[in-house]
Order: sequence, then C-alpha cells, then structure tokens
Amino acid sequence: MANENKANKQPLPTLSAADFAPVDINQHESEVIKRESLTAWRDTWERLRSNKIAMGGLVVLVLIVIGAIIGPLIAQWVHGYNYKSNDLSATNQPPSSLHWFGTDDLGRDMFVRTWMGARISLIIGLAAALIDLLIGVIYGGIMGYFGGRVDTIMNKFSEILYAIPYLLVTILLLVVLKPSLGTIILALTITGWINMSWIVRGEIMKLKNREYVLASRSMGAGTGRLLFRHLLPNASGPIIVTLTLSVPNAIFAESFLSFLGLGVQAPISSLGSMVENALTGWMFFPWRMLFPALLISIIMLAFNLLGDGLRDALDPSLKNK
Amino acid sequence: MARYITTKFLYTLLSLFILITATFFLMKAIPGDPFMSEKEVPAPIRARLEAQYGLDKPEIVQYVNYLGNILQGDLGISMKKLNQEVSHIIGQTFGVSLRLGLIAVVVSTIIGVALGLLAALYHRKMIDSVVMVLAVLGIAVPSFVLASLIQYLFGLKLHWFPITGLKDVLGYVLPVAALSAQPIAFIARLTRSSMLEVLHADYIKTAKAKGLKWPAILWKHVIRNGILPVVTYVGPMTANVITGSVVIERIFGIGGIGKVYVDSITNRDYTMIMGITLFYGIILMFARFVTDIVYVLVDPRIKLTSSKEG
Repeated sequence: MANENKANKQPLPTLSAADFAPVDINQHESEVIKRESLTAWRDTWERLRSNKIAMGGLVVLVLIVIGAIIGPLIAQWVHGYNYKSNDLSATNQPPSSLHWFGTDDLGRDMFVRTWMGARISLIIGLAAALIDLLIGVIYGGIMGYFGGRVDTIMNKFSEILYAIPYLLVTILLLVVLKPSLGTIILALTITGWINMSWIVRGEIMKLKNREYVLASRSMGAGTGRLLFRHLLPNASGPIIVTLTLSVPNAIFAESFLSFLGLGVQAPISSLGSMVENALTGWMFFPWRMLFPALLISIIMLAFNLLGDGLRDALDPSLKNK
Repeated sequence: MARYITTKFLYTLLSLFILITATFFLMKAIPGDPFMSEKEVPAPIRARLEAQYGLDKPEIVQYVNYLGNILQGDLGISMKKLNQEVSHIIGQTFGVSLRLGLIAVVVSTIIGVALGLLAALYHRKMIDSVVMVLAVLGIAVPSFVLASLIQYLFGLKLHWFPITGLKDVLGYVLPVAALSAQPIAFIARLTRSSMLEVLHADYIKTAKAKGLKWPAILWKHVIRNGILPVVTYVGPMTANVITGSVVIERIFGIGGIGKVYVDSITNRDYTMIMGITLFYGIILMFARFVTDIVYVLVDPRIKLTSSKEG
C-alpha cells in the first residue's frame, strides 16, 4: 500500500522511443516448469499423507506388523517361552509382569500367542489377497482385453460361481480337507478372486479404447506389452483399493472359520481361534478374550480406514461415496 | 422383463446345481463311509445296509438319486442323530433363527436408513461424523467380538438383559443388537452417500422453488429416490445375518439352525453339514435373485441389457 501511494505521487516519467522496443521474451524460459513435477504416484501419496485418518490406519498397521514379527521374539528373549510352552500350574492367570497378557486354559502365555495369532491372521489375509490378485488379474485381464465371446463365456462362468455363497464353499472345502494354513488359504481363494477379476475387467475394458493404447499398438506393441506396460499400470488404482479391502475380508473369513473349528489347528493360533477358545471361560477370564478380540478389531479397522483413504487419494472424485 | 427374470432364474438354478454337485462329490471324497464303526460290520449286514441306502449302485446313479431326493426336499438322514431326517431337524430349528433374523433385518433397515439420512441432512456436521465413525466401527468389529462384549457388559455386569436364551422380549435385545450392527453400518453408509447425491439433484431445487414444504420434499423426493441403493443390499444383508446368526446363536445359546450347523461341523455329521449348507445356499441365492429383480422393478431408470440383446 505504502509503495503504491508513493508511486502515485511521483510525476509521470518521460518516455523515450527505447521504452517501446519489444521486450525480449525467452520462449524457452516460458516452457520451464517452476513447480516440481509430481508423478501420479507422488500425487497420490501426497493426498494420502494429508488424510490423517488413513495415515493413522497405515501407522497402526505398520506397528502391528512389527509387533507380529518381534512380539514373540521379545517374550522368548525376556521370559524364555514360546507359543507352545505351557505351565499347567499357572493356567488362566490375569495379566502380570511375567505374563503381560495373562495365560490361557493350558497355561500358555497370551502375549506370545496373541502376536503369533496376529502373525498367522496377517499371513492368511495377505496370502489370500495376493492369490486373489494374481488369479483376478489374469482372468479379468483376459476377459477385458479380448472381449467378445471369450468375455461373455468367462463372465457368465464367474457369475455362476459367484452366486454360490463364499463362506459356504470355504466351509464345505475345509470340512473335507484337513484344515491347515495351506488349505485355509486355498479355501478362501477358491471363489475369492472373482470380485478382483471383475474390477480388472471393467478397468481394462474402459482403458483399451484409449488413444495411447492405439498409438502403442500402431507402433507394433504386442499383447503382453500393451497389457503390462499400458493397461494394468493404469488400472492399478482400483486394483490396489480392492486388494487393501480384501485383506480384512480374508482375515474376517478366517476368524469365522476358526469359530466353527475349521481354522488353523492347535497349537498354532490365529486371532479367530483364540477368541473362539476364550469363549468358554470368558465370563471369568475376560483378558483371554480381550487382547485377541481387540487386536483383530484394530487390524480390520486399520485396513478399512487405509482402504477408504487410498480410494479417496487415487480417485478424489469418489470422495464421500 | 419376463425374459430378464427367466435368464436370472436359470442362472440361479445353474449355480445351485453346481453347489449340489459339489456337496455330493465332496461327500464322496471323505474317507470312510456312514457304516464304519469301532466294530467290524459283517459283510452281509453291510451289503444289506448299502442296498437299503442305495450305496451299492454306481456313483452316477447315486448322484441322480441324490438330485431327485433334493428336488423332493429330502436331504438325507443325519449320520450322528439316530434316524433323524436332516430336513426334519432344519424344519424344527429354522423357525427360531428365522424370527431372530427377520427382526434383525427390520431393525437394521430402519436404524441404518435413519442414521444415513441424518448424516446426509447434517452433512459435515457433528452428527455426520458420529454416524460415520459408528459405521466404520460397525464394519470393522467382527460380530462375535461385539456379541461377547455386549453379553459381558449388559448381561453379566449390568444385568440389564438375560445372558442367554430367547425366553422373553428382553432376551432378543442383545442377539439382535449383535446381529444388526454390521448391516446397520453398511446401510447407513449406503443411504448417506445416496441421499447426498439426491439432495444435490436439480429436482430438489425445483421442488423447493415451486414452494413445496420441506417435509414433503424429504418424503416424496429425497427418501423415495435415495433409498434405492439400499435395495441392492438385500442379498448381502441376508448373507450377513445368516453367517452372523451362526456365531450369535452359539454365543447366546440359542437353539436355532445356526447352532445345529456348528454342532454338526464339530461332530463331523456330514449329511447334516451338507444339508444345512444346501439350505443356506438356497436361501442366499434366492435372496440374490430377489435383489436383482426388485432392483429393476423399483428403479425404472435401469436399462435391461438382456432384453435388448438379439
């Protein structure tokens, strides 16, 4: 303001012919990008980072993964017991300095077992989600890319499979197969991939008619290059969101199976089987239920929050949907 | 429309057929047979037993018989409960589960829509945030955790409600609450996002501009249009309530079909497991079929792609 007033009071300067000479504009300089250029992924990351809730979910997940890795080791190192070692003279103990989360009905330490359970639940959730991803991308990629009759037949097939209730199929399989880590993951993925394949199909169908795909094709790119260099990377947003949200689904399904006695078998524990195990004495020994139940809820919550945040970050137009 | 329904119905039947086939061959894959016991059964007796149950015939004949029996509603005989027909046990126990499930469905729809509507009307206000936090919690907390928690808190510690059983109205409160939490959360989220969309639509502005009173706008335009997506949730909600009820019945000691299911899995009562699985499968597939049809019926904007083809 002060400068402007001063400028107004000054008399008009006398102009010479030189003042009317064209200003020398450097064409190249106008093209220089002043703002740091962000790749799509940096941009997504910046949006995600500004979302406090989603970042909270991410931080909590990282902490839980660290806990699942080092938790049992710490207890082994401090007290010298593992998830199997039991002490029948100290069953159903409340939390103490020796047993941080108390002990269960066989005198096993709940701290070790809870973190081992988290480890198993996370492994099952992640493995199931990754296998779903693999099958879903291949199946969905073929449907979306080739279209036509191939798509119609494969899509009808997946629709018919999808109509068979997911949990019933897993229950049937695990009743027949002996429940183990491998068979549980198999049972969870046998129809679990269908949703992912539909997401991939939809994205590829949308993207395959874009100009850059045509351009690449006209330059002689083959199917493989088109799919892996152009189509899938551009479809990765929805794929990642679906992946993130399918992890808690698998963890929930596993805990439900454990509840029916079809989950991982003792002495291995998953969070679901620990909750199931705690049900019998839960009125008297609430800590046996509390820690695994709390942890499984936190894991589910964190994955859901992170997934929602990722969806908003990858496609801001979907916000509040 | 008729064509659309027929196609959908045929696909549903096809899926059901696959499930039935799967149950049959999985049963065959189980080692051992129903007549295995600690004592060796003499060969003539075994042969007679097998003849009585048709197990001496080739597998393909057994399969056709199995299909025929299911069509007549005969799901076989329980392997652990002597001489009890699976369909009879289902008939005895299903009523309890059905009543509990229906109450949960009604409660979740009413509360879910109300919460979603409130959140949408007070968008970005306090109520909105509270509802959204509750919705996220409702989706994240597994039903068995919630059930145990409220059983401990309101049943054991506060003595407000009975801990187990469905003896009176109060007995229903905790199981229904545990069963409805997740559907309420889903419905609230669905309703909120759909109502938000409707509230910003041009026809709401038009309605306001022509001087319609706000309650009338809300009832005639906002709710009518915003409630449509909730219909799509009928199928998933049925699935949710059934799986939830399997867990809830066990925790609250309710003698419904869910408890029979858990028990039969624990006892490896294979015919019972397969029978109840088929029964659940039929309900769930029927719910999905109804969802597809109702959704088209209530929303004429949805184009029927199948009716346009060839």
